[in-house]
Amino acid sequence: VLVLQLSLSVADCPGTSSAQAGRAAACQGCPNQRLCAGGAAAPDPAEAAELRERLRGVKHTVLVLSGKGGVGKSTFSALLAHGLAADEAKQVALLDIDICGPSIPKMMGLEGEQVHQSGSGWSPVYVEENLGVMSVGFLLSSPDDAVIWRGPKKNGLIKQFLRDVDWGEIDYLIVDTPPGTSDEHLSIVQYLSAAHIDGAVIITTPQEVSLQDVRKEISFCHKVKLPIIGVVENMSGFICPKCKKESQIFPPTTGGAEKMCQNLNVSLLGKVPLDPQIGKSCDKGQSFLSEAPESPATSSYRNIIQRIQEYCEHHFQEEKII
Amino acid sequence: LLSFLPERSNLAGVQHILLVLSGKGGVGKSTISTQLALALWHSGKKVGILDVDLCGPSIPRMFRVQDNAVHQCDSGWVPVFVDQGKSISLMSIGFLLEKPDEAVVWRGPKKNALIKQFVADVAWGDLDFLIVDTPPGTSDEHISTVEALRPYKPLGAILVTTPQAVSVGDVRRELTFCKKTGLHVLGIVENMSGFVCPHCSECTNIFSKGGGEALAKHAGVPFLGCVPLDPQLGLSLEEGRDFIQEFPQSSAFPALACIAQQILDRSSQLSS
Repeated sequence: VLVLQLSLSVADCPGTSSAQAGRAAACQGCPNQRLCAGGAAAPDPAEAAELRERLRGVKHTVLVLSGKGGVGKSTFSALLAHGLAADEAKQVALLDIDICGPSIPKMMGLEGEQVHQSGSGWSPVYVEENLGVMSVGFLLSSPDDAVIWRGPKKNGLIKQFLRDVDWGEIDYLIVDTPPGTSDEHLSIVQYLSAAHIDGAVIITTPQEVSLQDVRKEISFCHKVKLPIIGVVENMSGFICPKCKKESQIFPPTTGGAEKMCQNLNVSLLGKVPLDPQIGKSCDKGQSFLSEAPESPATSSYRNIIQRIQEYCEHHFQEEKII
Repeated sequence: LLSFLPERSNLAGVQHILLVLSGKGGVGKSTISTQLALALWHSGKKVGILDVDLCGPSIPRMFRVQDNAVHQCDSGWVPVFVDQGKSISLMSIGFLLEKPDEAVVWRGPKKNALIKQFVADVAWGDLDFLIVDTPPGTSDEHISTVEALRPYKPLGAILVTTPQAVSVGDVRRELTFCKKTGLHVLGIVENMSGFVCPHCSECTNIFSKGGGEALAKHAGVPFLGCVPLDPQLGLSLEEGRDFIQEFPQSSAFPALACIAQQILDRSSQLSS
């Protein structure tokens, strides 16, 4: 009786741009094998140069990732953008590459907005003068419109977002991603290699069902050599507004993010408790940080945002020295 | 991975196929799939769960069988049995990974190839229900799964949402997906609908309230019910225990039992 297993070498796509494309053990049986082996999927050097040029004015790029869905990536991305843009001297851009479930327009209060084109490309939609947003949500005409696309078409749009949007000079580009380790994630890392990614912020909730997916995301980051700025544990406990007692709604049965970060040697940026106001603010398209400045969740978020800022500035300094 | 060509389709013995979908991640698809399977099993049915979430396979752990392996037989792959009586069976990429923390970093075409194999090559035998748990979205996995299952005429799809507008916004798109692919919508479940404090019984709508029900009304599909947040449910899932058996007093139990009953009623209607 044969036991079926996908061994490590069989599991991973080496990447369509890799020297191993079409030739690795993993490529056996992949419908695209012949294309990759023939070089058809390799990135066009002219295209890479074009992307590099377009992203030349971007100082810092932060990817917000999670293996798990529904842990608060978009919520965090939106608040990170608001937090960084509070300094009017900084120019911030928020790019939403969740093509199937674009939450950012709603969370930023930009539902119904459309993208305008000019001579210099697509114009981001501005929430504030120094905070611009791009999402597939702006390209859909109805809230019922579904984007039922396979991987290659999603990749094409992500490339357009980077190549055709006139981002201008940006201090921070924040990229919100869908859950998983698939086309969107491979593509954004590949396309942004033309620019420079400071690192990834990984979001989780405390329970093992999330952590088991997040460990995979951490593994993905290592695989594609994406630095990890740190992990945020969201929905970390709930304080009843009536009796003030705490409940662990999503119990950290295996030690939560803290234990996972210790085991995997990554930084725990902070823990954010559940606050019903967070969801309400997101639904209304308002910044939770402004709506509930006294909430313990707000101070958690602000501390985390500061740590991310410090990480980016510090590494920028290091690179300047080198 | 070898593909078998059995004389009789591996899905020929499956009475009813239902998909659990959501445009949104983290709303409780795998949770609802698991609880529905348990509830149907407790009412005497033989149930299988096919987990087509290749990047984040949650099902094995929810039944405490994450360390099990998949074997081959003459008709294909043997699903993993959860119980002695072999009346709950599972298939997931989770069983095929050498190391549980390794990421499955596959692009669409490779995902599609495995999903086709999952649909054709798992030797389910005779089942009353096959529940297909999906990842969030409307992309490769969903298109491939619906295409592969189409010849077997699925009973329909259950759509799971949480109450707030951000979730409902994505589930609206999933409804469009169902319409476009001809997948019948059995109904909408509003999960994480209210939290009752175990200390003082105060109910707080942490993720808002009512969005799922309003969507069902707006879209003209049945509303299957609200399931409240219950830490005991979360704990059961973490430890792979049988929530339906252990916590019949839980606030989530009546809602879950009601959803299962509606599925049973619908399937009997069709059978008769």
